[in-house]
Amino acid sequence: MSALRVPALSLVVLMGASGCGKSTFARRHFRTTEVLSSDYCRGLVADDENDQSATAAAFDVLRHIARQRLAAGRLTVIDATSVRPEDRASLVALAREHHVLPVAIVFDLPPKVCQERNEARPDRAFGPHVVRQQSQALRRSLRGLQREGFRIIHRLESPEQVDEVTIERQPLWTDKRDHHGPFDVIGDLHGCHDELVELLERLGWEREGDGARHPGGRTAIFIGDLVDRGPASPAVLRLVMAMVEAGTALCVPGNHEKKLLKKLRGRDVQLSHGLAETMAQLEREPAELRERVASFIDGLISHYVLDDGKLVVAHAGLKEELQGRASSAVRDFATYGETTGETDEYGLPVRLDWAAEYRGKAMVVYGHVPTPEPEWINRTLCIDTGCVFGGKLTALRYPERELVQVDARKVYYEPARPLAPPPPVAADRPHDLLDLGDVTGKRVVETRLHHRVTIRAENAAAALEAMSRFALDPRWLVYLPPTMAPPETHKDGDYLEHPGEVFDYFRREGVARAVCEEKHMGSRAVIIVARDTAAAARRFGVASESAGVVYTRTGRRFFANRDDEHAVLERLRKALDRTGAWERFATDWLCLDAEIMPWSAKAQSLLRQQYAPTGAAARAGLSASVAALRLGAARDDGSLALLRRFEARHACAERYVESYRRYCWPVDGVADLRIAPFHLLASEGKVHTDRDHLWHMATLGELAAVDPELFQATLHVAIDLHDDEAVERGVHWWQQLTDAGGEGMVVKPLDWITRGRHGLVQPAVKCRGAEYLRIIYGAEYSLPEHLTRLRERGLSAKRSLALRELALGLEGLERFVAREPLYRVHECAFAVLALESEPVDPRL
Amino acid sequence: MLLTISTTHRPATDLGYLVAKNPARCQSFELSHGKAHVFYPEASEERCTVALLLDIDPVALVRGWRGPSGDGEGLLGRYVNDRPYVASSFLSVALGRVFGSAMKGTSKERAELAATPIPLEIELPVVPCRGGELFLRRLFEPLGYEVEAWRLALDERFPEWGESAYFAVRLRIGARLADVLTHLYVLLPVLDNEKHYWVGEDEIQNLLAKGEGWLAAHPERDQILHRSLRGQRRLTRMALERLLADEEPDLEAREEQAARTEDAGDERLSLNEERVAAVLAVVTETGARSVVDLGCGEGRLLRALLRQRSLARIVGLDVSPRALDIAADRLDLEKLPPAQRQRLELWQGSVTYRDARLAGFDAACAVEVIEHLELDRLPAFERVVFEHARPPCVVMTTPNAEYNVRFPGLPAGKLRHGDHRFEWTRAELEAWARGVAERRGYAVRFAAVGPIDPEVGAPTQMAVFTR
Repeated sequence: MSALRVPALSLVVLMGASGCGKSTFARRHFRTTEVLSSDYCRGLVADDENDQSATAAAFDVLRHIARQRLAAGRLTVIDATSVRPEDRASLVALAREHHVLPVAIVFDLPPKVCQERNEARPDRAFGPHVVRQQSQALRRSLRGLQREGFRIIHRLESPEQVDEVTIERQPLWTDKRDHHGPFDVIGDLHGCHDELVELLERLGWEREGDGARHPGGRTAIFIGDLVDRGPASPAVLRLVMAMVEAGTALCVPGNHEKKLLKKLRGRDVQLSHGLAETMAQLEREPAELRERVASFIDGLISHYVLDDGKLVVAHAGLKEELQGRASSAVRDFATYGETTGETDEYGLPVRLDWAAEYRGKAMVVYGHVPTPEPEWINRTLCIDTGCVFGGKLTALRYPERELVQVDARKVYYEPARPLAPPPPVAADRPHDLLDLGDVTGKRVVETRLHHRVTIRAENAAAALEAMSRFALDPRWLVYLPPTMAPPETHKDGDYLEHPGEVFDYFRREGVARAVCEEKHMGSRAVIIVARDTAAAARRFGVASESAGVVYTRTGRRFFANRDDEHAVLERLRKALDRTGAWERFATDWLCLDAEIMPWSAKAQSLLRQQYAPTGAAARAGLSASVAALRLGAARDDGSLALLRRFEARHACAERYVESYRRYCWPVDGVADLRIAPFHLLASEGKVHTDRDHLWHMATLGELAAVDPELFQATLHVAIDLHDDEAVERGVHWWQQLTDAGGEGMVVKPLDWITRGRHGLVQPAVKCRGAEYLRIIYGAEYSLPEHLTRLRERGLSAKRSLALRELALGLEGLERFVAREPLYRVHECAFAVLALESEPVDPRL
Repeated sequence: MLLTISTTHRPATDLGYLVAKNPARCQSFELSHGKAHVFYPEASEERCTVALLLDIDPVALVRGWRGPSGDGEGLLGRYVNDRPYVASSFLSVALGRVFGSAMKGTSKERAELAATPIPLEIELPVVPCRGGELFLRRLFEPLGYEVEAWRLALDERFPEWGESAYFAVRLRIGARLADVLTHLYVLLPVLDNEKHYWVGEDEIQNLLAKGEGWLAAHPERDQILHRSLRGQRRLTRMALERLLADEEPDLEAREEQAARTEDAGDERLSLNEERVAAVLAVVTETGARSVVDLGCGEGRLLRALLRQRSLARIVGLDVSPRALDIAADRLDLEKLPPAQRQRLELWQGSVTYRDARLAGFDAACAVEVIEHLELDRLPAFERVVFEHARPPCVVMTTPNAEYNVRFPGLPAGKLRHGDHRFEWTRAELEAWARGVAERRGYAVRFAAVGPIDPEVGAPTQMAVFTR
């Protein structure tokens, strides 16, 4: 019994005359969904599997499905006669298009066998000439299959053989997903043997024979360009070959190996770019080494996909759609990269910047183009640091993501082009340009906190406008804060919102301790402050004179006047200096969540266009009405009730105006502002959601201690929710706060992230004061006839939104802190903005 | 909302007969958005005052609210708003309901008095006047009213916030009560420039009936029609035709005129046209077959591009889905014949996000676009257009800030439009554009659009990039 070898990802083309048993074979050896049959597709488009007039349409359908499957990396079997070269050409093209190997399984059976089978089937009423012609066509084309592009050809010559064989799926050579490392990926060597030995030592490797072994069981990966230019290519080759042979290293070929191989095989190649040095060095070695090197290079695989697909190594890098695929295009890209076809001023090819557009999930580590320092670009890292040109030899430890470097002992070779200076931090980092595809259409964002969050296409469209027209440079927008839900509505009495419902909610969810924080009536602000402009440039990629930014909850710059922003950030930086925060958090930037007062500083237009006019109209209109009614009531008792009613309305209007006035004062620069930071969201390497809110209050309270004029500590009280007396005190605390004109309070479970009976618990619930609510629900909301109706408010949409936005906001921060690419961070902020365009009652 | 009407006609209490409401007791009427009450603050032989008091239900109001167009301040505006307190179309409707017979000029008991001019004094504590006191006077004074108006402060505690758009108003006139009621009925919503109900063709009939005998000759007639019909040109035109019958042949010109006064002014409109023409000329000259209009807005340039037969493919790109809807509407996209229709596409996109669809065009236009971007976003714009889309020709226009001193209404240092983030002098545009051209391998030339002032140049400046 023999096995037919089929690469696990390939396009398998069964070919043979009608009746040769292809479909039966396919059913036996492949999954139903893997097999695309032309007969079946005819049936799909024409309700008749034998309707030959539908053949063209049927093949369109077949190719379309095949294309989708191959793009998704799924083995696909084509069950059609495919006996003529023209039938097969489009299939070979399809395989090339998706960089998979085309495999032919040829059913070369005697025509008689097929004929007999067809006769037994009533639906195949075509004459014997059809099968005869098909068989002849197949015979004729057999020899040409290889030339047509089929890489693997299996021929079956008898029904017995067809019955007997099995299919053996073979992983591709590049597929090392089962190899989980850990790895030490080593950059371009170019014959720098001394540096390699030093690097291996530094990485903890021990020499063993000609090779080396790591006591921690690590595997080295050489990313190619072992040879040329440098002083000791043969020694490097010996060491690498020994390691590969011993199984302690993997190696992918660089362009220099390819060229060396050609030379060793006697082809005519120019001895340029350092090949002459290698050849001269090899001349001094025994001839066997040259033969060994040639067969070593010949056996190298273009690239590897490792560790469950999380790591890809290739000499010149590899686009997502080429990873784990096999075609000459894949091999060329992996070894030579992609160029525009133009050359630069030094006569070197201009390379296409595939990394800037890379959106794949796998980390790609490569070399090929020397750079002064390795820089992460969208999960790709080039570790060719030009050792032979006097730079460094770099290794990446995976999965640790640590770089280990050794300086070159000398300049062994003058570069044709000076090593590029570090990329300017301003606008020109190629990967800092976002793609429309990163944000538009229906999107699903994976969050670690709250599963997947779906963004509807129309919300993304709204967010695109808001983001493009009003938001800051996306490099700053690492976080947008979530909306906050109010409590369930108070059932009776004069209140719409009351702390009782807040505490009840958290108790029901099993929360033991909560913090009540004073709710400041100002405007929400996110503050990013870096220690200096260099730190801002380094970490955020933004050239910023203020070394930071203050923005609103929709990502707009908070201050219209840049000088104000600058001054606020300066003061904050000074305060942080004095509290020693930089050292304590080992960071040179911080991200804070804060409220900036007064409300009138930011809400000027809302006040002037909405709140104040309504107040002016209400007071003037109602006081005139009351005056007229007084006269009327003096004449006629009938209007007395009306007078009382309008007096009540007038009182509401006066109280409404009093309410908004409390949150307004003239602002003439930073001296009139008050800032109350309440979350220390993140610093280098850390999102501080593992600290409870008392820690945040205490830590940020230090700012108020050192600069009490600008910074304000937030009044707060911790409450044991199981202690009824404590809860009572909480209610009283709120009452006092709001009686004194406060907006209300925010109640949070002591821990940032709390899970309860229904999953994630609201991270905060606000409870607003009765007077404050006039500016939300209207001046007269408290009149009994209005209050009754306003109690009918639904909270579920708002609550769900609050949780999804929280998950997205923190996800963005986590990604930023983990130094994920900009598009991954931006995706989260963008999604928060998109969710904000969902229609939810804005009064909640 | 309160309206009082007083008379000193003797016996003043006859006012009760005219409005058919007994001065001795307070009466209430149900309206769709609340209640109306009628009572008499005073009722003597010498002077009688009838008060119409509206008690609008703000909660019910929100549920059926048709927000003002372009509600910029978010949905909260619905919940905190002036509607329950000001003289508006609610008051007009209430006048019709409660004083219907008086407005018609009929009175069972005092038919003769109803047809007689009597001294009347009207007081309204809060009248929203879009157009200010001047407009208020221009509406009422031609009808014979003596107008007194006091502007309300926004908030006396914060004088720096300035004054409100509201006035306390007292009108005096010797006239038939029916006429006064009709004037108020028509003119209060005009002042407010807002209506709480849907305005359709029925409204024309209503307006013409109420305006009979005075509206046709009113000097602010066109404004009154325009605002009464909520700025709908088609309706305004129909109303004018019917109002004026055949005395005014050149209606189209009139209507254009009215529309222009509503807009920012004649100069703006013609400058727009010049800009479109200048950009079109450049695009045509290059022999482009395909063009993308970046930031196409409501489609002014697209319309001109569509007329250019040499263009086989035209794409309008804008970041605002609303603008694209309006563009589709204005260009009558659905009704274009298929051959025309397939030349034009409208896409939502952003000039600060790389967009693979933008590759392969012969030309790109960005007319009055860059000034709507923050300066620090220009590098992203540059990369999207000049590094990735890379059309052989890019035409851009932007205001010439030097020219701003020639706009009489524009205070020094102010930008021409609320959404402009910057406006550049000619030197500033040139510096930026030359930098772009050098970095991205383009040649650039500059041109002026609009009348050229020897000192400050033209109002619009244009940069043309080619490679």
